[in-house]
Amino acid sequence: MNMTVTDEIIAVTLIWLFVFVYAIAAAIDFGAGFWSFFYRNRKKNNMSRIANRYLSPSWELTNTFIVLVVVGLVSFFPGVTRVLGAVLLVPFSIGVLLLAVRSAFLVYSHSVDRYKKTLILISGLTGIFIPALLILVLPITYGDMIDTSGGVERLLWGELLASSSTYAYIAFAVTSTLFLSSLLLSDYAHVSEDHEAYRVYRRDALILGPITLLSSVAVVVTMQFDAPWMYENLFANQSWILASVVAFALGYWAVYVKKPRLATLAVVTQYLLAATGYGRAHLPYLVYPGVTIESGFTAESTFHALFISYLVGFAILTPGFLYFWKLFMTDRQYLKKR
Amino acid sequence: MDQVVIARSLFGTTMGFHIIFATLGVGIPLMILFAEVMKLQTKDPDYTTMAMRWTKGFAVLLGVGIPTGTIAAVQLSLLWPEFMEVVGKVIALPFQIEIFAFLLEALFMSIYVYAYDRLSPTMRIVSVALVAFGAVLSAVLITNVHAFEATPEGFRMVNGEVVDVRPWDAFFNRSFPVTATHVMVSAWMTGAFTIASIAAWKMLRMKKKDMRLYAFHRKAMMLGLVVGGVFSILTAFNGHDSAQHLYHDQPEKLAAAEWLFETETYAPLLIGGTLDRETLEVKNAIHIPWALSFLSGNRFDTEVRGLNTWPRDEWPPLFIHTLFNGMVLIGGLLTAMSVVGFGWKRILKRDVFPSWMMWGFVTAGPLAMLAIEFGWIFSCTGRQPWIIYRIMRTADATTSATNLGMLFVLFTAIYVFLCVSVVAVLRYYFNRHPLEKELADL
Repeated sequence: MNMTVTDEIIAVTLIWLFVFVYAIAAAIDFGAGFWSFFYRNRKKNNMSRIANRYLSPSWELTNTFIVLVVVGLVSFFPGVTRVLGAVLLVPFSIGVLLLAVRSAFLVYSHSVDRYKKTLILISGLTGIFIPALLILVLPITYGDMIDTSGGVERLLWGELLASSSTYAYIAFAVTSTLFLSSLLLSDYAHVSEDHEAYRVYRRDALILGPITLLSSVAVVVTMQFDAPWMYENLFANQSWILASVVAFALGYWAVYVKKPRLATLAVVTQYLLAATGYGRAHLPYLVYPGVTIESGFTAESTFHALFISYLVGFAILTPGFLYFWKLFMTDRQYLKKR
Repeated sequence: MDQVVIARSLFGTTMGFHIIFATLGVGIPLMILFAEVMKLQTKDPDYTTMAMRWTKGFAVLLGVGIPTGTIAAVQLSLLWPEFMEVVGKVIALPFQIEIFAFLLEALFMSIYVYAYDRLSPTMRIVSVALVAFGAVLSAVLITNVHAFEATPEGFRMVNGEVVDVRPWDAFFNRSFPVTATHVMVSAWMTGAFTIASIAAWKMLRMKKKDMRLYAFHRKAMMLGLVVGGVFSILTAFNGHDSAQHLYHDQPEKLAAAEWLFETETYAPLLIGGTLDRETLEVKNAIHIPWALSFLSGNRFDTEVRGLNTWPRDEWPPLFIHTLFNGMVLIGGLLTAMSVVGFGWKRILKRDVFPSWMMWGFVTAGPLAMLAIEFGWIFSCTGRQPWIIYRIMRTADATTSATNLGMLFVLFTAIYVFLCVSVVAVLRYYFNRHPLEKELADL
């Protein structure tokens, strides 16, 4: 669509940015939990330890972002809460329940040595189901799975379970989670100079990259049938998607030639480009066809107050984030500590 | 059961459970901060050990507190969509700023816990102070929305549409200062008494009196009693303001809390008693003559409106009288306990406490938490049938989605499970890392 920068566009861009940040951070977070479980029995190396070391200080922050997404959406687009509240009640309830179990067990596993493996097993496996559930919001906003008869919105479970889009998105969520996390952990292991962990995570990234790409192709192919309106829009935004494929190629090449930092950055860029194209194609609809960014928008004065609160909030927090980054991501002494 | 009751039960259960962890999440960091400050003041290494052990316990509690808070945030939108639509348009600011407060807390919590050995003493204090600040700010901001529900301002409803929105007027609504202060000081009080309770329990259960350990726990207990005592007195003062706010802004809640049916001057304060629901007659209650009038307007001849002034379908549930009494009674008890404990140690200069007194202290933390639960249930059910006072009824804000019953069972089961497991984990950890060993390692 033709974009003029209105308050609605700024608001929806911010929300989409939060979704993006959460998706990346959560993918890495849940993925790290999974790898920590997956490699729990290896004696020789430190894959599990690397994953845990990354996970320990970061899960709380990541968790905050899901609240930011929910609160941001409700405050910027209150008009969408009624329909999304009704249709997402069950899938998101199960999602947050799993999240609760997962976070609790993650914390417990640091305190209870005797059952550490069981606790890691549960937190690692639940973590993989959460992205699969949360991503369902995307095919649901295609609109065909929502029954609006009688002025009451209901999720059509039959449609959801029968749709090929559902499975394409789930595959995309799970593979992306594993791909992104193996990539970041390979970089993290590289900086920590843990060569064995680096080797294994690099190998995982090499295997998972093409699978992730395939699943994203599946999302586009199924979209053609399940949301032709969006498929058409996506076509109009194809340059973003093509750029994203180029970024993937660059990232994958960087994994291959053992430049993990470049690879991570390139792949995150890949997701950012694809998300931009996808987001633009979704507009002006928040939920097709009933709710658009105009119809769902908040009060003008509230938007302006919120916008200022964002500027002030992030300005205050930035030094904190930098300090955090310095302590946990770049302190070589800390990273190398066995 | 009807939809509204199930939705309220589900959300009430979530909040009732989350509030335990949220309150400790505000109260414990302040105690950790005090321990760090005491360390700097007295150079006594015991306070470092205290700070570290409390932090460990706090980190485990966060493992439940954070995800249940996330559940609460998501459930708000899922269960009360119509309400959240108004919230989104009018009172979105506190929710949004709360996220920043929460980010601040999470950032510095990670820094304090996982980089403890790499921080200078000053940075430790700064970090834990920011954790405590972020925690209390979150609580205050969430309370802001709660206050807005009682005294909605900053917008008008015209034909069911929200118009003329002034977000900062909504933010600084009339009951915000008094309500937020109440939540803040009572949470600090509860955190402090919880610490005192645990220390008292340890002192009681000590098999052979090891004076080294006894002294350690006594320091923790005294810190808890003093901090808790100060905040319980502040809570009492603030409670008086809260009652006056009710008198002005939610008079039917005050009338229901006091079982006052007829409008009266020289109205009495009622303690305890039973109510005949048919005749609305109160029996066996203790009457304190003129006290309710005085409490409401600082004059004995203040006119207090009785419930009969309002139509029956706008009455809050009448059981809130008991919750109100319970909350006030516990507040008084806690103040008394801390005065007794402080007097025994500092004025009578006794180092060993008699066990009857210790058993009293053991109950302080759980009692404080009970008062918190009473207070929240009183405040939220006392606002019924309104979700936004005199603007939106709870029944009109409830989701149309079915199968809430199943979710209620599922969520309750998870809460029970989390509750049991968090206690088990704390017990396991502290049994494996006894204080004796940690002190010996110093």
